[in-house]
Amino acid sequence: MTRKHKAVALISGGLDSLLAVRVMQEQGIEVEGINFYTGFCVEGHTHAIRNHDKDKQKRNNALWVAEQLGIKLHIVDVIEEYKEVLLNPKHGYGANMNPCLDCKIFMVKKAVEWVKENYDDGFDFIITGEVIGQRPMSQRKETMPIISNESGADDILLRPLCAKNLPETKPELEGWVDREKLFGFSGRNRKPQMALAEQYGFKDYATPAGGCCFLTDKKYSDKLVDLWKGRGTREYEMDDIMLLKVGRHIRPKPEFKLIIARDAGESKYLEGYRKQFITLHAVSHNGPLAMIDGDIDSDDFEFVAGIVARYGQGRDAEEVSVEFAMPDQDKKTLKIKPLSTDEVLKEWHV
Amino acid sequence: MSHHELDARRMLCPMPVIKTQNKIKELQDGDILDVICTDPGALSDIPAWARINGHEIVGHREVDDELIITVRVVI
Repeated sequence: MTRKHKAVALISGGLDSLLAVRVMQEQGIEVEGINFYTGFCVEGHTHAIRNHDKDKQKRNNALWVAEQLGIKLHIVDVIEEYKEVLLNPKHGYGANMNPCLDCKIFMVKKAVEWVKENYDDGFDFIITGEVIGQRPMSQRKETMPIISNESGADDILLRPLCAKNLPETKPELEGWVDREKLFGFSGRNRKPQMALAEQYGFKDYATPAGGCCFLTDKKYSDKLVDLWKGRGTREYEMDDIMLLKVGRHIRPKPEFKLIIARDAGESKYLEGYRKQFITLHAVSHNGPLAMIDGDIDSDDFEFVAGIVARYGQGRDAEEVSVEFAMPDQDKKTLKIKPLSTDEVLKEWHV
Repeated sequence: MSHHELDARRMLCPMPVIKTQNKIKELQDGDILDVICTDPGALSDIPAWARINGHEIVGHREVDDELIITVRVVI
């Protein structure tokens, strides 16, 4: 009996992986999706935090893509393993703290492991939505073989959207898929993909500007580097990387920074950290919740209260009462004069 | 058939989905799982995940600021 051949697809939630799977389905290949959650993925969470995002559709695009395709999706938490990729990328970083090439190698490598584990169910090759020239760091003609080799995928990694520009892979050589029906897309032009999407009837697909990762975002990367510098170590936890997405970050002294909520949604989110961090907010006037990350001396409480008060409705008042809540300690209220806009120095803003 | 509870409070999506997925791997056909979340995004993501993977959403309810999503395992 001939063994059935199935593919596992790396699903980011974007258009390319959606199309790559559809191209395979057209050839009768059964596909399941795999999505790796590094903690830095744009999908999901931050939509839920801020007020102004409330009207936006809160959908996870990887799940949406899987549903459009009628495939199963396995979401894998790789937060811990990913630290090594981010902290020590063999191929370096892109324009910001984005280790795109190492990240892609890591994800394909994880997919190889998944294929090995599920070989008995018929899985024996991997597909991605990669397109040569699509991304400046990871998706170039030279990087395609690097990803195949260093991930250990070798000839079982098929890129249906640009396969015709690359050497034949095992699924093509063995006749599991017809190379003639694959594509030869290249470059940053998205028109061929958009035309193909239209042909297949896909609408409302996601088109995130910076790709699928917060690490490609300059402001986010700057905050991450500041966090490491402030702590004197590049260690990080899940809470750290979440908090980098919330509030305005102000570091008035090297030893600590303030995270000040920008709206009620963020204040509510920060409330969840009250047991771990010192938090403060104005009680005489409406104002945001802020938390202190780092080591602060109690002598600096008045100073930080003045900064936080500047972001509330009491900013022009002569006196504002600010309440500090310390984990496992009594609350403390200080009466201070808010700092003026000029006194909150520009260089403090992370 | 047994009834289970999963605490996904303060987790942001997709973590509640991942935790649900991993918990359901341990459960049997017909088991009921209540997922307790605080991220409103879970209300979109957990049902989407359940539809894709063939599980059934029995319903959801809001208690204070928490969201309880009930899933019936279909294997």
